[in-house]
This record gives sequence, C-alpha cells and structure tokens, in this order.
Amino acid sequence: MTDVMTQTRTITYREAMREAMREAMQQDDRVFLMGEDVGRYGGCYAVSKGLLEEFGPERVRDTPLSEAAFVGAGIGAALGGMRPIVEVMTVNFSLLALDQIVNNAALYLHMSGGQFNVPLVIRMATGAGRQVGAQHSHSLEVWYAHIPGIKVVTPATVEDARWMLPTALSDPDPVIIFEHSGLYNSEGELPEPGGPVDIETSRVRRHGSDVSLVTYGGSLPKALAAADELAADGISAEVLDLRVLRPLDTEAILTSIGSTHRLVVVDEGWKTAGISAEIAALVAERAVWDLDAPIRRVCTAEVPIPYARHMEEAALPQVPAIVAAAREIVG
Amino acid sequence: MLRIRRFEERCAQLYQTEKIRGFLHLYIGEEAVAVGVMEALEPDDAVVATYREHGHALARGVDPGKVMAEMYGKMEGCSRGRGGSMHLFDAGTRFYGGNAIVGGGIPLAVGLALADRLQGRHRVTAVFFGEGAVAEGEFHESMNLAALWHLPVLFCCENNLYAMGTALERSESQTRVTLKAASYEMPAWEVDGMDVVAVEEAARMAAGSVRTGGGPHFLEFRTYRFRAHSMFDPELYRPKEEVEEWKERDPIDLLKERLESEAILTDEEWTGMEALVADEVEAAVAFAEAGTWEPVEDLTRFVYSEVGG
Repeated sequence: MTDVMTQTRTITYREAMREAMREAMQQDDRVFLMGEDVGRYGGCYAVSKGLLEEFGPERVRDTPLSEAAFVGAGIGAALGGMRPIVEVMTVNFSLLALDQIVNNAALYLHMSGGQFNVPLVIRMATGAGRQVGAQHSHSLEVWYAHIPGIKVVTPATVEDARWMLPTALSDPDPVIIFEHSGLYNSEGELPEPGGPVDIETSRVRRHGSDVSLVTYGGSLPKALAAADELAADGISAEVLDLRVLRPLDTEAILTSIGSTHRLVVVDEGWKTAGISAEIAALVAERAVWDLDAPIRRVCTAEVPIPYARHMEEAALPQVPAIVAAAREIVG
Repeated sequence: MLRIRRFEERCAQLYQTEKIRGFLHLYIGEEAVAVGVMEALEPDDAVVATYREHGHALARGVDPGKVMAEMYGKMEGCSRGRGGSMHLFDAGTRFYGGNAIVGGGIPLAVGLALADRLQGRHRVTAVFFGEGAVAEGEFHESMNLAALWHLPVLFCCENNLYAMGTALERSESQTRVTLKAASYEMPAWEVDGMDVVAVEEAARMAAGSVRTGGGPHFLEFRTYRFRAHSMFDPELYRPKEEVEEWKERDPIDLLKERLESEAILTDEEWTGMEALVADEVEAAVAFAEAGTWEPVEDLTRFVYSEVGG
C-alpha cells in the first residue's frame, strides 16, 4: 500500500480555531461570536484576533463579565434561529454559567418533548500547566460530559481545531468545545484541502500492540511522547485520542483493548469520579476478560493545582508517570 | 381569567385524586397579569415564563387540553409528558417554557430578543418572573445586558410579595423593584396587577415602545397569590387576614363589577361564560383522560435531536 500524497500546511492550534470561526461567519449569516474580550482585545488567548475588524461589533460581541447572562443569551439566540458561538474565557468561569448550560441548554429539547432544540456552540479554554494558580487551572470537562443533552468535544490536533467547529455548528444540539490552553501555541500539519470532521468518534493517533494509552486534549502530546519512549524500550503503545467525551466512542476503546489487552488512561482531570473512572468502568463491564493486567490511571493528584512550578508539575500527569504505568503492566 | 381560574381549581381537585402529581403551583389570584400582558402581544412575539405558568400558557393560547394532558403526563401533552406542570412548552405560540429555576429563563429572553435584533425582526420577547428572582444574579446580569444592547425585551415582574415563604422585605435591602430596573437606565412602571385593564394598558404602552426600538422596558405588577405556594405549603409565613384582604381585590370580581357597573356584562352573559368555561375545562380533562402514555421504549428520545427522522 502506498501513501496517498497529501499536501499539508503548518499552522498553530490558535490559527486553526480562528480560521474555523472566520469561515463559519463568512458562510452563514446566522453565526456570530460573543464572549468576554473577544472583540477589541482579540480574545484572551488571541483566538478571535482580527474578527471584529472583519465582521463588525454586531457579529463579534464583547460582553460584560456576566457568564450566566451571555451563555443564556446564546441559548436564547439559538432558540431564536441564530447559530451562536459563545466563548467562555475558561472552564473556571463557566461555573458561573452552570445553571444555563445544565438546566437550559441540555434540557430544553427534552423538557419540551422535542419542540425546542438548542443549536449552540460554547468554546472554552481548559487545563493547567502555566502556573496560573488553582482558580485558573481546572479541567472540568467531565462535569459537562456527565450531562445527557450536550456534546463535549476536546480537539487535540490542529486538524480537529480547524474542522470540528463547522460540524459542531451544524449540529442541532448544544456542543461544548474544550480547548486546552497549553495547545494554542502548538504547531501541526493541517492536511489540505481539509474538510469537516465528525464529532462522534475517537482516533488512533499511533498504532501499537502492547498497551493502549487512552487520552484526550492537552494530554495527547504527553501520551505520544510516552509512546516514543516506550518504543525505545521495545514496548509498542497504541495512543487513542478520545476527541469526544460525550457521547463516548466506547467501541473504539473496546477495540483497542481487544488488541492490546492493557489499558492506561491519561487524564488531566482528577481520578475520583473522572472520565478515567468512566473508561475503567466501561472496560470492567464489557471487556474485563480481554485484560491481561490491571488498569492503570495517570491523572492529576487529588489536590488543587499549586502555583509553584515544581509543585504544579508534580500534580499533573507527566510523561515519566505514563511510561512507568505502561511498563508496570506490560511487565 | 375565568378560564385560568376554573382550570386551576380543577387541577387542584385532580391533584387530590392523584391524577396530577409532582409540583403544582397555582396562579389563582394573579390571572390579570398574564391575561393583560398577553393581550398586548402579537402572535409572533415570544414568551418565557416561570414554573407558575399555567395561566401564561392558557392566556397565550396554548390548547387547554394539551396543557391538562401535560399535567397528567400524557403523550398528548404540550410537552409530550416530558415536562409536567412546571415545563409547559409550545412552539406554535412561541411559548418557551415553563422554567423552574428562579431567574433561569431571563437570560433566554435576552437571547431571543438578540436573535430578533440580528435578524431584523420587530418582535417582542416578554419574560415573566417573580419578585424573588430580583435577588438572583441572572436577573441583574440580564437586565444589564438587555439595556446595554438595547434589546426588545419586556420584563414582567410578578410581585406577589413572597418568594415561596420569604417576604420581600426579608430578602431585599431595596424593596422597590422598579428602582433596580431604573439603575439599568430602563423605563420601569409599577402597575396594579389585580386590575386587568391597567395591566393591559401598561403592557400595550411598554410593548409598543419595545417593538419600535425603545429598548427593554420593565413592568412591576403588584399582585397576590391566593393559594399556597405549592400543594405542600402550610402557609405559616403570612397572616390569614392578609390573604382575605387581597381576595377582596380578586381580579375576576374587579373586572366583573366594573363591566356590570358599566352595563357591559349581564347576569345572563356571565352565566353563559361560566358554562362555556366549565365545558372547556371538562373537555380538557376528558382529552387528558383519553390521552395515552408514551411507550417506555421511547425513554431515550429527545435527549438529542433526531436528525433526518
């Protein structure tokens, strides 16, 4: 089999997101962006830089620091026929809008017996690793993944950053996009010409046969680095990027376990009641006889994220811990 | 008003016989507010209501049979039995719930109005909430956003003096709720919520201004809930005399007396109206009784949209 020649373009994760938003607004008048400092400031992470100049203040709307109101207004605008992209600066601040997301966005279709769907996209940064302290370092994706009625996606590559958004915008129901803040500067190769990608399935980012490293978002680069190290030791690690936390692509997880028979889950969330617990439970329920070794989880230590660099590094999942966990169960 | 009153009296009976379960919040005493405001709205305007919203739904024109069937939990209900008393929805009349989180519907109204603005439509979104909601952050955030963006929202505060059992003066440092609206540079009027004519007049003026680019307006309706907060409320927090005093200003009696004194309404017409409403209510009950239970196999529907189905 020969590789199909594909052209690629080097791009940062941030630029990929921006291109996605620009294209969405060019193609559909119903799409608009609103959030804190998305306009004049250019976005807290500079993702929306230049969009105000291109689309004007009606479609790139700076909001007050009122997360509940502007997320709720996004839901209302979606009900009113628009296709809003609401940027919540970070997941930490989204807690101020939990009522709107959980009680309204997620429930309206159901409570109305199918009458009122909410075609809303919420984007937010997530994750730790930049010494910004406990209140700016949460990874609470799993809280949202717990809720039936919303979809939770976690682009980890530039291709997903570029092409998940149009799919999310064409979805009739609310989709939350979690962008790990550590990824914005990362560069990757974007296949050209690309096109919208699904927001339902996981992807094997590296094939392997000895152990499955199941991860997503900001932990994907760490899992891939760990797989490189393991390969040097002769251990063949498969890296599965979940991409979507709800609905979870359970078949992909089970398929991977079916071939490697060993599982390490890598998650920047906490272990307790986290996505790693969900995956471990899934495998225990449906594939326990496929396992040749106990499941291992490499997660954030059960502490708030400390400020001091060495302490923050110690709290978060790191490559050596992933390598050690894999070695331990491959034996 | 009479339709809402008799409908809810029947609901209370049906609750005793356990045809209706869960929470049931009656609007009895406050009917003039919903009726007066709905009279001032156009068919393509939008309404966002609270969990005490049977009156709003009926006044907005949601079919009484579908509302009753919803309370029964039947598939023919206006929310297919998935919502219940507190979550009445109806796309046909742009009735967006039925929101049971105090203050939770207010941001949605701001968004509906924003959608109208962005699409160049001259429509009004009316949002109802109690005076208890003015303590919520979502209320203040939404008032600010609507005023800041000059959006076509009609804020309708139903001040019935008690947030469940907590009196306004026990929960607010400033009990004049119109002053809160004024602090957002929003026109705000206090209205006698027991007088349906006054309600309609104020709502027409406000809605007219909202519709023609006057920005959001705020109406505080002074009203009173004659019944308990819900079916589980022993009413320990308010004196019986106060309830009786307010009942002397029953909105239905007030209108009836006014129409009689102006010789607009005869005894015969009144009797005829009572009979008509009684028939409607019984027809609604019959519709609900005859309704069907959604098959349990459908349990997982309406979590996500059924694309192409």
